[in-house]
Amino acid sequence: MNIVLERRLEKARWAVVIVPIASFLLALVFGAVLLLAFGINPLQAYRVMVSGSLGDQYALTETLVKAIPLILTGLAVAIAFRMLFWNIGAEGQLAMGGIGASYVALFLSDSLPDPLTIPVMILMGMLAGALWALIPALLKAYLEVNEILTTLMMNYIAILLVEYLYLGPWRDPEGYGFPGSAPFPQEALLPRLWGRVHLGIIFAVLAAFIIWLIMNRSQWGYEIRLIGENPRAAKYAGIDAKRNMVLVMLLSGALSGLAGMAEVSGIARRLYQGLTVGYGFTAIIVAWMANLNPLGVVFVGAFMGALTVGGDQLQVAMGIPAAVSLVLQGAILFFVLGGWVFINYRIRILRSGKQKQAGELNE
Amino acid sequence: MGESENSYAIQMQGVTKRFPGVVANQAVDLSVERGHVHALLGENGAGKSTLMNVLAGLYQQDEGQICIFGEPVNIQSPKDAIELGIGMVHQHFMLVESLTVAENVILGLYPTGLVINERKVKQELRDLADSYHLNVDLDAYIWQLSVGEQQRVEILKLLYRGAKILILDEPTAVLTPQESDQLIDILHKMASEGKTIIFITHKLHEVMDFSDRVSVLRDGEMIDTRVTSQTTKNELAKLMVGREVLFNFQERAHERGDVVLKVENLKALSDKGLPALKGVSLEVRAGEIVAVAGVAGNGQRELAEAITGLRRVQDGRIWIRGVDITKKNPWQVIKAGLSFIPGDRIGRGLVPNLPISDNLVMKVYRKPPISNGPFIDYQRVEGFSERLVDAFNIITPSVKTNARLLSGGNQQKVVLAREIDASSGALVAVNPSRGLDIGATEAVRKTLLEQRDQGAAILLISGELEEVMQLADRIFVIYEGEFMGELDREEAAVEEIGLMMAGEKRERRTDEISQSSGGQ
Repeated sequence: MNIVLERRLEKARWAVVIVPIASFLLALVFGAVLLLAFGINPLQAYRVMVSGSLGDQYALTETLVKAIPLILTGLAVAIAFRMLFWNIGAEGQLAMGGIGASYVALFLSDSLPDPLTIPVMILMGMLAGALWALIPALLKAYLEVNEILTTLMMNYIAILLVEYLYLGPWRDPEGYGFPGSAPFPQEALLPRLWGRVHLGIIFAVLAAFIIWLIMNRSQWGYEIRLIGENPRAAKYAGIDAKRNMVLVMLLSGALSGLAGMAEVSGIARRLYQGLTVGYGFTAIIVAWMANLNPLGVVFVGAFMGALTVGGDQLQVAMGIPAAVSLVLQGAILFFVLGGWVFINYRIRILRSGKQKQAGELNE
Repeated sequence: MGESENSYAIQMQGVTKRFPGVVANQAVDLSVERGHVHALLGENGAGKSTLMNVLAGLYQQDEGQICIFGEPVNIQSPKDAIELGIGMVHQHFMLVESLTVAENVILGLYPTGLVINERKVKQELRDLADSYHLNVDLDAYIWQLSVGEQQRVEILKLLYRGAKILILDEPTAVLTPQESDQLIDILHKMASEGKTIIFITHKLHEVMDFSDRVSVLRDGEMIDTRVTSQTTKNELAKLMVGREVLFNFQERAHERGDVVLKVENLKALSDKGLPALKGVSLEVRAGEIVAVAGVAGNGQRELAEAITGLRRVQDGRIWIRGVDITKKNPWQVIKAGLSFIPGDRIGRGLVPNLPISDNLVMKVYRKPPISNGPFIDYQRVEGFSERLVDAFNIITPSVKTNARLLSGGNQQKVVLAREIDASSGALVAVNPSRGLDIGATEAVRKTLLEQRDQGAAILLISGELEEVMQLADRIFVIYEGEFMGELDREEAAVEEIGLMMAGEKRERRTDEISQSSGGQ
């Protein structure tokens, strides 16, 4: 007996709904086995995760707080991936956005009218992220340098630059030696809407809608689709792939930069160590789980936010080691992403030619 | 011992092979007599290659039985097939370019580490080659050989491995008429020595020229097997297509207009950076089809790409209606009104994973009414697409269907529809009917003729001589990046074009010109 995967001619509509749910349930079963092995009651653990991420106002707002940078960087990654530009540098672009915004808050806010501080921070954050993304884009477009390597490595430059700044020249002189810049002035803080949920949530949802509009309704989005699906056909249609690569990466970097701006201005209210905790890497998972759909990124971003907060609660409330909750998160991602296979493929069980013939002889 | 009892080399019974969503072969019976040249005829997608791949061990049948020389067999792999004496020459040759002919033939035959008695092997190869008229230099490197010679190496390889049954998949697709003649000679020689030969084709004249028997496949089913000498082209065409086919298009009576496309002394490099176009000049007038004939790889691709702005022009100039488009980018060329039907419709002409509607607007999405400012009006896209689908008789469930799911003929119709719609009467078409079945080929060629009759200037770059003869008003023959000469269709003889395709410069015309000018 042979088991083979066969490509479906068209995506199965039912599978798009059923498969992710089934995958998620399977992951929970897998996680339960794992938790049992640790001597932990899985039902109780899951209850803690759900109530810890969605159960009350605090939990819900914390989930949304995590969702903001995940959605913005998820969108950034998704548009780059749409045209087959493998930007895995969202983390670095986010860090640069944080630096750009912090520079405005720390050194320019005095000379700026108060109502202009936030807009200029947004602008500088997005610009810094975009410029950071521009470097690998130009290298790829005009020198054919592999963007996976350049975007990845530029992450570490940016992350260490943040560290250098808050430990060195930008360290708060009145901070008793704690790492971090001086707190931002009042006019440089993104207003909070609900708990720690700040204006960034509006940016994130708005950005998703705009990106959706670009991708699905504009000429530019059509060109990006063409380039992503068949670069040779795009060239044939008179589309300048290099120019588009640069433009898309500017937008991608700007979105990540905005995420960095929102983090420093809305959450930490200073440039600090916790700016680069891996949102830009999780963004890759968010983008794929959303199937690169901008509106999907909003929901997956929120889901991943909940998973992160719930996992943290597991540690706090049940004393489960941090690693276990990470394994649990990993399992969920593994199953959900793995499940995508069944949307494009189906399983067929074959009897081999040999057995077939033998069977016929028996008849 | 089975061999003497059975006069059939191959007996396939009820062979069925399924692929996801399609049945490639449905309960096919095929019997091939020993020592015969047997043609397997059918349109593209009829299941010819699949059936033969089952025989060669590349695929396994889902149902059915195969007997080789009377013995029931179970062919699990190409190795099994070779052991049974079955060898296949594929459309794309499986040769190592940087090795010599002899090295390619013995490659994989001996376990590594053993010393090969090269002199003995070469002597055996030479004897084998001589006895089958397989003219090749055993010490030449593959990259030095013409396509026809490479094909002979493939055949030699199979014979040396002891093949008694040879399967050739569209063997003449890449050959000049002269090389095809040599191949016929080789095939007959092999048949007379007792080898059994099956060749796959969709060209009727080859069936008539080459074969003893012919089996016709249609839609994966075996339609009939005939004795070649007792059938006709028309009958076979009917069996293959399932209806009557027109072979001759109407005689033309049309006026040529002004020069639309003009190319002067065009030079361009190949992808490898070697000179591919060495200074070619041509003119296409409104209301005529000018063909560039030649064996693939002699600069045709570069010519089409240089004209359409997809390849850098080294030297020379190109005009459309007097407007210089040399060194303009593809978008500027599109704007100048030149349309392009590329030879590679899946790789370049279409985006297979996007809907037909997205594919149909590739050339017009920037302009109103399809676009409204920076936004595309997708309702208009749908209307526009439905109009083209109707006008060009594209068979598809809807305009939202991905292009990948259409048949080759309908995919080509999508390209044609888009390019003709966007064209302002200037069209470059590269092998527009390559890989299409008879019905679709007919439709494509008719469309091109209609366009010409409506005053379009068409540059047809084609490796298919039949197509060139059918469509062109004037013919250029290209060889190694140069035109070997220009002929009017009325005076063109296939043999002469064939010689030019093989690199013979056309002297007669210049003689005539010098004579006539001398007489004045």
